[in-house]
Amino acid sequence: MDRPVIPLANSDTKPFWDGCLEGKLLLQRCAKCGAFRHPPSPACANCLSEECAWVAASGRGKVYTFTVVREMRARGWDKMVPYVLAVIELEEGPRMLTNLTEVAPEAVKIGMPVVATFAALDGTTKLPLFKPDGPQA
Amino acid sequence: MNGVSGKYAIVGVGESDVGRHLGRSGLALHLQAMTRALVDSGLEKSAIDGLITRPSHSSPQFNYSGVLAGRFGISPSYLNDTALSGASSAFMVMEAVAALEAGLCTAVICVNGDAHDAGPRRGGITNWIEDFEKPYGLIGAPESYALAARRHMHEFGTTSEQFGAVAVAFRKHAALNPNATFRTPITLADHQASRFIAEPFRQLDCCPITDGAGAVIITSAERARDLAKPPVYILGLGQGFTHSDLAYTPTMTTAAMRTSSQRAYAMAKLGPKDIDVAELYDCFTYVVILTLEDYGFCKKGEGGAFVENGRIELGGEIPVNTGGGLLSHGHASGTLLITEAAIQMRGAAGARQVADAETVIVSGQCAVNGINVSLIFGKHPN
Repeated sequence: MDRPVIPLANSDTKPFWDGCLEGKLLLQRCAKCGAFRHPPSPACANCLSEECAWVAASGRGKVYTFTVVREMRARGWDKMVPYVLAVIELEEGPRMLTNLTEVAPEAVKIGMPVVATFAALDGTTKLPLFKPDGPQA
Repeated sequence: MNGVSGKYAIVGVGESDVGRHLGRSGLALHLQAMTRALVDSGLEKSAIDGLITRPSHSSPQFNYSGVLAGRFGISPSYLNDTALSGASSAFMVMEAVAALEAGLCTAVICVNGDAHDAGPRRGGITNWIEDFEKPYGLIGAPESYALAARRHMHEFGTTSEQFGAVAVAFRKHAALNPNATFRTPITLADHQASRFIAEPFRQLDCCPITDGAGAVIITSAERARDLAKPPVYILGLGQGFTHSDLAYTPTMTTAAMRTSSQRAYAMAKLGPKDIDVAELYDCFTYVVILTLEDYGFCKKGEGGAFVENGRIELGGEIPVNTGGGLLSHGHASGTLLITEAAIQMRGAAGARQVADAETVIVSGQCAVNGINVSLIFGKHPN
């Protein structure tokens, strides 16, 4: 899928996007209280510590909710429909917005196990997507 | 503000690192300054229930006070973005005193500042996490609200037909409103036959783009009594916050409407049972179902069944969006809900007047149910 918008990394998010290039789904884990967080943020919303480690997530999770986008007038996206937007609940706890791939829109269900896969957008960016995981796939 | 002299004080001060090319985002510097001010004050973080800020000039964002509240880990009862350029910082202090004096919050943090080299940008006002949304095709409102609506259906068994009951009711009301955009009645079958935009939303679940505006003038109750039209008394005000980005909210099916309405009810010393009319922000049909639950008109999860059988129509248990709402009257960013509420309190709504209506609640919201404002108006000063 030739996406009209690709991510731009900033000083808060660069480690996440660098991780994607290596096929790793990196989450921030607070060095003080241990809470995982996503999307990237400069401080822990629980204890306000700025110290964190970037930890590779397992990449596994379940569909928390989803929508099948059937009509989208925004430039470039009109050619992409239908596509599945989904919120994944990761094994580590945080949620992640994504697209589901390698699955028919009609087959998507809340609670479905999924696993991360990385789509190359251009020479310098990879975008994490999710696909069905395990025997249900 | 007569009588506030000496009544309020600054109790915490914090500065972020300051310098050239720090390589940190405006968000990072704001959080750093806030954390230092908090430590300086000795207050618990949870004691901060007001937040006034201004998005970094170099990185303008929608609903930035909500972004900052979420990243700071608080749920304020008062939050706002100012837009007064160089006067913003001073104005924040003035606004904080106004909010405190009004009893809308008890401890306000004001934060302002900028960072210029945080990374490349696309230009224009943005959503702070657009890099985690737009590449996936989450661009606008329908698909955002659709994610929340799907979750409501999953948890509570809410149906598309129940969404349809909302659309049908508001169109029925709009037919009685000469200033409404869409006045031709629709049926549940029309709703079910309309095409999918972002599942589970069909075309008739989505508020169309319309032109329009509304305005109200507010003065003291004393002065109001000498003017031409009957006063519409402001009885309750409340704001609530749960999230700036839906996907990451702790509970997708209970939203900012809950605390917002609880605060307004408390100020008005009224409860949902005392409300005669409701004018609820309805960018999508489903939002009305969620709001009716969080405003206490029915239990959590029962909003779908509640909107059926004419309960929200004129003559029903609680008439909702008597002018047609955003869906059929016009979008106007929700301001027509406020004008309609005032017209109902004056008893001047003609064919769509709710008989003997003395109280009305209005919902205004943004950030996919994450930021909500509740207003309660009355025919009498209470």
